[in-house]
Amino acid sequence: MRLPFIGACFALLLPSPLVAEEAVTTFALDNGMQVVVVEDHRAPVVQHMIWYKAGSADEPKGSSGVAHFLEHLLFKATDTMASGELSATVAANGGRDNAFTSYDYTAYFQRVAADRLELMMRMESDRMRNIRLTEDNIRTERDVIIEERNQRTENNPNALFSEQMSAAQYLNHRYGVPIIGWMHEMQTLDREDALSFYELYYSPNNAILVVSGDVDPAEVRRLANQYYGVIPANPALPVRLRTEEPPQTAERRLIFRDPRVAQPYINRSYLAPERDSGEQETAAALTILAEILGGGTTSFLAEQLQFNTQIATYTGAFYRGVSLDDTTFDVVVVPQPGVSLQEAEDAMDEALKAFVEKGVDAEQLDRIKLQLRASEIYARDDVDRIANRYGQALTSGLTVEDVQAWPDILAAVTADDIMEAARNVMNRKASVTGWLMTEETTQ
Amino acid sequence: MIRFILAFVVMMSALPAWAGVDIKEVKSESGLTAWLVEDHSIPFVALEIRFRGGASLDAPGKRGAITLMTALLEEGAADMDARAFARALEALATSFEFDVNDDEVSVSARFLTENRDASMALLRAALMQPRFDPEAIERVRGQVLSIIRSDAQDPNDIASRTFDQIAYGDHPYASSLNGTEDSVAGLTRDDLIAAHAATLARDRIYIGAVGDITEQDLATLMDALLGDLPQSGAPMPPRAEVNIPSGVTVVEFDTPQSVALFGHAGMAQDDPDFFAATVLNQILGGGSFESRLMKEVREKRGLTYGVYSYLLPKDLAETYMGSVSSANDRIAEAIDVIREEWAKAARDGVTEEELRDAKTYLTGAYPLRFDGNGPIARIMVGMQMLALPIDYAATRNARVEAVTLEDVRRVAGELLDPEGLHFVVVGKPVGLESTPAN
Repeated sequence: MRLPFIGACFALLLPSPLVAEEAVTTFALDNGMQVVVVEDHRAPVVQHMIWYKAGSADEPKGSSGVAHFLEHLLFKATDTMASGELSATVAANGGRDNAFTSYDYTAYFQRVAADRLELMMRMESDRMRNIRLTEDNIRTERDVIIEERNQRTENNPNALFSEQMSAAQYLNHRYGVPIIGWMHEMQTLDREDALSFYELYYSPNNAILVVSGDVDPAEVRRLANQYYGVIPANPALPVRLRTEEPPQTAERRLIFRDPRVAQPYINRSYLAPERDSGEQETAAALTILAEILGGGTTSFLAEQLQFNTQIATYTGAFYRGVSLDDTTFDVVVVPQPGVSLQEAEDAMDEALKAFVEKGVDAEQLDRIKLQLRASEIYARDDVDRIANRYGQALTSGLTVEDVQAWPDILAAVTADDIMEAARNVMNRKASVTGWLMTEETTQ
Repeated sequence: MIRFILAFVVMMSALPAWAGVDIKEVKSESGLTAWLVEDHSIPFVALEIRFRGGASLDAPGKRGAITLMTALLEEGAADMDARAFARALEALATSFEFDVNDDEVSVSARFLTENRDASMALLRAALMQPRFDPEAIERVRGQVLSIIRSDAQDPNDIASRTFDQIAYGDHPYASSLNGTEDSVAGLTRDDLIAAHAATLARDRIYIGAVGDITEQDLATLMDALLGDLPQSGAPMPPRAEVNIPSGVTVVEFDTPQSVALFGHAGMAQDDPDFFAATVLNQILGGGSFESRLMKEVREKRGLTYGVYSYLLPKDLAETYMGSVSSANDRIAEAIDVIREEWAKAARDGVTEEELRDAKTYLTGAYPLRFDGNGPIARIMVGMQMLALPIDYAATRNARVEAVTLEDVRRVAGELLDPEGLHFVVVGKPVGLESTPAN
């Protein structure tokens, strides 16, 4: 049984590698827009997605949350569509649509009967260039995102804690600022903030079209040329350069207290390299390391802290390799009642030390490798996930070749690679140790 | 994300089937029945098994026993302890998910064709020979207690618990299926063995399979896997008497945003008007961006990130529910708007255009749900539990299409009770107070 409060930010376990390559077709339009098509003809359904290489980490200083605010505003009017018309049209065609924003990307998608693909492209290409925002849109939608922050973050001490962890982890990089934005900056976001982000980043040469399902790649190419191909590239698109982390030389510790905390826990995060184009080996080793250390009942931390000793109610290790810049490797320990956070942290550090001394269990590594191979078969049952994988990767500095090489790179990881990655990543000087606690009781 | 996806959104309409899926009924020698979609394009099978009754079969004073029992099914079986069992699953790249809700215990299995026999031997061990090792009981009990303590501090869970208490009286639906700290602390190994015997039996089983398996192989598999389960378990609990007074219940909780859960009596899924009610709900607050509640509460006034309504037909009681959350100083306004929309729909019904759009959405959306072996297996089991015919697919859209404007108006008048709505509000809402008890 998994504890529910370890939120979606840690949801990434082993990535399932892609399907047989023949199901994936990629090409580019003349204006620089990249296109990925993933075929699955079992059901007459299509998912149409546009991914922009623009996320919260691309925002100007002082305007945190504007990438996500703009995502909301893209559902308002364009020159040819009324506010809400795009979603209403998708729904009236029996489809669903939504959008999401992350540090490195903003994505919009519709899932609909396969014969409606052209309509989706017509509407999505329209809002790439033609949104029309009123001051009234800005006022009410700003209230909506503030309520969204209330719902996701302010009402949830785990989320508030996680924000503080990231802010402490990143000394100089925008990953330290929450995707949804800091409340005081969200309150000041205006039409100009939204439109300047839009004009800078929303263009075909900064977007990736990912279509999955019951489609013919040649037909996708024809439609993409017709609707997206006619939009001129933005020659002023800036190179994606971000402020980088300096060498991290001081271990950070923080305590977050909130009376609403019922279950205290520890989160240790270490700054970690991400998957780099052409150099994914270390990230592959870290991906498997997270599974070995904290991937469930058979993991090393579970064995040390939940089976051999009764220190923890729950343990986990998490690594999110798809990221434009340095990411984190996280360990979480939820202590048993009666075990203090200090005792839990000491036991966690002892276990991590024991792992570095003891090394990888060869049988466990074999089982993980076998599951990775099997996941290639299971992945064929869910092409939309494969589509998402391409969208994330291509907006996070990776190429189609990197995505396709990933399963083999994972399969080639050795025990020595994992131990080297473990020793390097567990650098306390580049770490944050956070304690989530309830308020101190006062007499 | 522009909209929050609610897990219960799928419950809002009758479970559909898609005409393009060829469902076959398979009977085993020992008399078990399954629905099968045979598809050999990917070498794996998704198998869904459900036992009706679920956590509502908890014995008096043993609340949480069935939840704890279900969580322990993967924690050691036959000659394997918890870790040996988990390693055996990993070595086959097989996964089992055991879950429980108010009406059923469910098992979702996924295995490669090449590992079918070994996987089913493991599942059989988990279902027939769970060990309930004392060490595993304590470990998982600790996890459940941690969840109970966390839920007690979560405004959404507080709202659900409070509403259920008000709505369901002394029925098991009135309390959390996790149990309380006290009830869970008191559970013994014998209680878990009794919970196992109460729930996992042949007379309440429903089976769906999708993927790389033939009818004959599935029939053989079913008998080997489930044939030796006991014929019957605990008697099904009685229906719950739903008695929701109108008014407001405020639960003081120090948090910036108030969470509101609201509802009144609902409609059974086999009611002849259920499709009209489904269409009505789609228009009123059914999860889409175009619903009246979303338009009025979010789009026009910016009072919330999300507001929804949903028909909640459980096995033993029916309610019509909704949820919204707004900052403490804005929740009262959100509730006013919701009441107004409820009243407006009850009084005037819906427009021709709304009806048309809702129908196109509902009929167009249903094939989209059949998106993978696991989802199809779950849908087929749901259909069997509702006693729907195997060719339900062929009639489902016609039933949606048959709903008229007059049907919706009549059902809106009968079903929607703006005066009868009860709102549970958790937070520090400004300008709202609990209705005094009569």
